[in-house]
Amino acid sequence: MAAERGTAAEALVGKVVLPGDLLLLPAHYDEDAEGERLRLSAGAAPQGRLLCGPGLRRSGAGLLVTKCGLLRHRPAGGGAYWVDSQQKRYVPVKGDHVIGIVTAKVGDLFRLDVGGSEPASLSYLAFEGATKRNRPNVQVGDLVYGQFVVANKDMEPEMVCIDSSGKSSGMGIIGQDGFLFKVSLGLIRKLLAPKCEIIQELSQLYPFELVLGMNGRIWVKAKTVQQTLIIVNILEACEYMTAEQRKQALAKLSGN
Amino acid sequence: SVSPGDTSVLAGLYGPAEAKLSKELPDRAALEVLLRPKVGLPGVMERSREQLLRQTCEAVVLGVLHPRTAITLVLQVLSDAGSLLSCCLNAACMALLDAGLPLAALFCGVTCALQPDGTILLDPTARQEQEARAILTFAIASSERKVLMANTKGSCSVEEMQQCLAAAQRAADTVFQFYRSSVCRRYSKC
Repeated sequence: MAAERGTAAEALVGKVVLPGDLLLLPAHYDEDAEGERLRLSAGAAPQGRLLCGPGLRRSGAGLLVTKCGLLRHRPAGGGAYWVDSQQKRYVPVKGDHVIGIVTAKVGDLFRLDVGGSEPASLSYLAFEGATKRNRPNVQVGDLVYGQFVVANKDMEPEMVCIDSSGKSSGMGIIGQDGFLFKVSLGLIRKLLAPKCEIIQELSQLYPFELVLGMNGRIWVKAKTVQQTLIIVNILEACEYMTAEQRKQALAKLSGN
Repeated sequence: SVSPGDTSVLAGLYGPAEAKLSKELPDRAALEVLLRPKVGLPGVMERSREQLLRQTCEAVVLGVLHPRTAITLVLQVLSDAGSLLSCCLNAACMALLDAGLPLAALFCGVTCALQPDGTILLDPTARQEQEARAILTFAIASSERKVLMANTKGSCSVEEMQQCLAAAQRAADTVFQFYRSSVCRRYSKC
């Protein structure tokens, strides 16, 4: 069986990779040249634990790319590789903070639409300070910000609005008014990066409240409806605008 | 939308979304392909093309990562000037790539027309298709140029089919280069 042509993972960091590309890890270069028998027994992991992130799958001696995008690498803690891809469809992942819309109340559970393939479930006891006597006031159609405790391909996703110590830390029912809209997942990740320029520039324009869900949903509330809509339009357009165009648009608005 | 020459197909992909109980599979995603012709209602030709596309896509999509979901691929023919099936295959692959579905490999479609005198024409126009003795369409995967699907209309000998296959595998390189350059262009704007 001919060895698959693979390229060194480090050489492709920051470049576009396509599904089907095979990436070779540093510890396995020599073993590949020595033929098939050594390759089978060289299933030992390289030094440290290498994390295989979204868009990659372990295959034999290397990593198989399954999504198109830019390859990223983080050398800390044994190293991690992942593919930065643009996507609009959300797939629930454990630990992600998302905005869900309550669609039904089934006994002691709420069913939430999180934009994935299945509705997520949320127990009424998963709020801060909730007991059997003291139920949270959640109606159908409310917005809830929570995180996933169970999210794998085989089970229905489950959400909670408290963290491991029992505090709500910003999660829970999102208040009245405001505007909910959907953007692509790549934009959300850009906005969640520390010291994001877009958010800093917008905050100099008007004061506003912002909730970002990893499922592509953003909730905005400003003092007046007009200000809210302006912020919504800028955030939606940020996907396609370059930094200069954005600065020009904001300068025009703050000049008015 | 993808168009070699004047044939043009628009592809839209929806998924992984909730599947109807009757259609959901317990261990992998249920893939459905809908092909709409330019005029008229979908007929038997469209149904057979849908099945060919579905089997090709199922071979590359990692459906085990999304069990009990439905992935729907809708293709609309905008104009047909020959080589329609390979154009649909290319559009389907680009839609899968664009939507971010996990794929084991990429694939492309190449059509070969076998002329009565034995010459091989790649990506024939409608007129060349009518004059040809046989039309062969191949779906070729990006990993080691394996053949995922072969469709033949007309008759040809085994050697001729092997020659067409070799020509198609060489032509597949050009299509994969095109995929790579369009993806690079898209990600250069980020």
